[in-house]
Amino acid sequence: MSNSTIAAGDAPVASRRSSKVLSRRRRKIQSALVAYSFIAPNFLGFAVFTLGPILFAFVLAFMHWDGSNAITFAGLDNFWRLFEDKVFIAAFWNTIIYTVVSVPATLACALGLAILLNQKIFGRDFFRTAMFFPYVASLVAVAVVWNMIFNPEMGPVNMILYTLGLDPKDMPGWAADRHWAMVTVILFGVWKSMGYYMVIYLAGLQGINSELYEAADLDGANAWQKFVYVTVPQLGPTTFFVTVMLTIQSFKVFDQIYMITQGGPGTSTLVLVYHIYNEAFISWDLGYSSMIALVLFFLVLAVTVVQFRRQKED
Amino acid sequence: MKIAGRKVTAKSIAVYATVIVITAVMLMPFAWMLSASLKLSRDVFVFPIEWIPSQPQWQNYVDIWTKIPLGLFIYNTSKLTIIVTLLQLLTSSFAAYAFAKLDFPYKNTLFLGYIATIAMPWQVYMVPQFLLMREFGLNNTHLALICLQAFTAFGVFLMRQFYMSIPTELCEAARIDGMNEYQIWARIMLPLSKPALSTLTIFTFVTTWNDFLGPMIYLTKTELKTIQIGLRMFISQYSAEYGLIMAASVVALIPVLIVFLSLQRFFVEGVASSGLKG
Repeated sequence: MSNSTIAAGDAPVASRRSSKVLSRRRRKIQSALVAYSFIAPNFLGFAVFTLGPILFAFVLAFMHWDGSNAITFAGLDNFWRLFEDKVFIAAFWNTIIYTVVSVPATLACALGLAILLNQKIFGRDFFRTAMFFPYVASLVAVAVVWNMIFNPEMGPVNMILYTLGLDPKDMPGWAADRHWAMVTVILFGVWKSMGYYMVIYLAGLQGINSELYEAADLDGANAWQKFVYVTVPQLGPTTFFVTVMLTIQSFKVFDQIYMITQGGPGTSTLVLVYHIYNEAFISWDLGYSSMIALVLFFLVLAVTVVQFRRQKED
Repeated sequence: MKIAGRKVTAKSIAVYATVIVITAVMLMPFAWMLSASLKLSRDVFVFPIEWIPSQPQWQNYVDIWTKIPLGLFIYNTSKLTIIVTLLQLLTSSFAAYAFAKLDFPYKNTLFLGYIATIAMPWQVYMVPQFLLMREFGLNNTHLALICLQAFTAFGVFLMRQFYMSIPTELCEAARIDGMNEYQIWARIMLPLSKPALSTLTIFTFVTTWNDFLGPMIYLTKTELKTIQIGLRMFISQYSAEYGLIMAASVVALIPVLIVFLSLQRFFVEGVASSGLKG
């Protein structure tokens, strides 16, 4: 448009300039199009199947819907219902209990394993692989073994306890016992995931400057002192990262509980995702299910915000 | 010297003993699974445990293929896993190249879209996602699971982080040589990104192969089921056939074991590096 307002005498210069501008603009558009063509295949799939449903989840939490009849606005109904829903309250606390116990337990085991397998020992790669394998092993297969090993009547674990002289009356009922079901599920979780976090810790250990240990040796520090004053502080960022990852994983726990205890006995191992699943795919109460999902979202968000703040500080 | 030498041996003996005991405990469930898979159901719980069955029931490994369509389940799972992994590698590395090496409008906004959802648990939006798929008529199709797993924020993020570490001068030199962006991606970036691609392959393979909740929600027809939910169905149908259940479990584990062992070097490196970057 600006071309037409330029005086006739300047025309050749202006058109040359404008064609330069045009071609630069065209090149810019072209390179943007090329970039978009790179992104499009993934982004379209991502937008439709992830971003869309996420936005929909936030809307759905404030709706009543059974999936077939008309969708109606619910306001805060679903939110208030959370406080009256005993199953939700149980699921919330079970999730917290699972997290509070399994996160430090997994962390401690992973760190212990990493320190043990960071030493130069024969067959180290084999041992590392063995520790890691439960993490990749298919959950259904190992969960069914777990149930058999921890079978209260016939399983080898209770048989060993019996041979050790434990009275059959005091025998833990594991998955079938409301006091032991959570323990059974947590033990499984620790066993399955500690190898993964061990690898992250191994990477952290290899990043520690060996001069720090030499200096500690010169100061006459023993192994324990070196662990407390060199290893633990140096692993700070790794531990923080592992804690965040583990916490988020624990908030999301479902599969292993579905397979080992089905949330029972009673509601003793029912967790948030289990409740989301039941409300959605068993009761078809989609709005309420999404409200529970929002609770899960805010739990994870809180952890992520803490992580973000911490990273900013570093 | 001798005392010092002895001290070292005592310590290393303790280390070896600890490592061996822990490894034994970690692997015990697998040993038990393997051992039970060769037993008659009534012998599975015999105590003390007979680790090596005196009369191995190889028949268990024959029967499982006829009792349930195990072959079909494995085929379904392999199909899904291979398609998802290929799509994931292709589209993620493609998108990651643009995010790492090209300039374009709304680059940061788009990338923020990925970052914002990377920590979002799938369980938060699995219900609306299911409703969407149902709307598209994808309920009870493998396509639903492919769409669900092939385009992840994690994949794009992982690849982008890796591409960022490749010097941009390399791309500029290639541009001067007359390569276009697609050629740079294919001939320079892809060959250089083998470690990242291996990591993503293993993560995607293992997650897809072992996925449970996704197939459970989407696939209700037996002929579409994956090995995980198929195995689960088998367990609830034949709950007392312990020997058979264990044999089927061993079969379900083998593909992951093979992939894991052949790529484990990359896997360990991948976990370690993605862990360090946070």
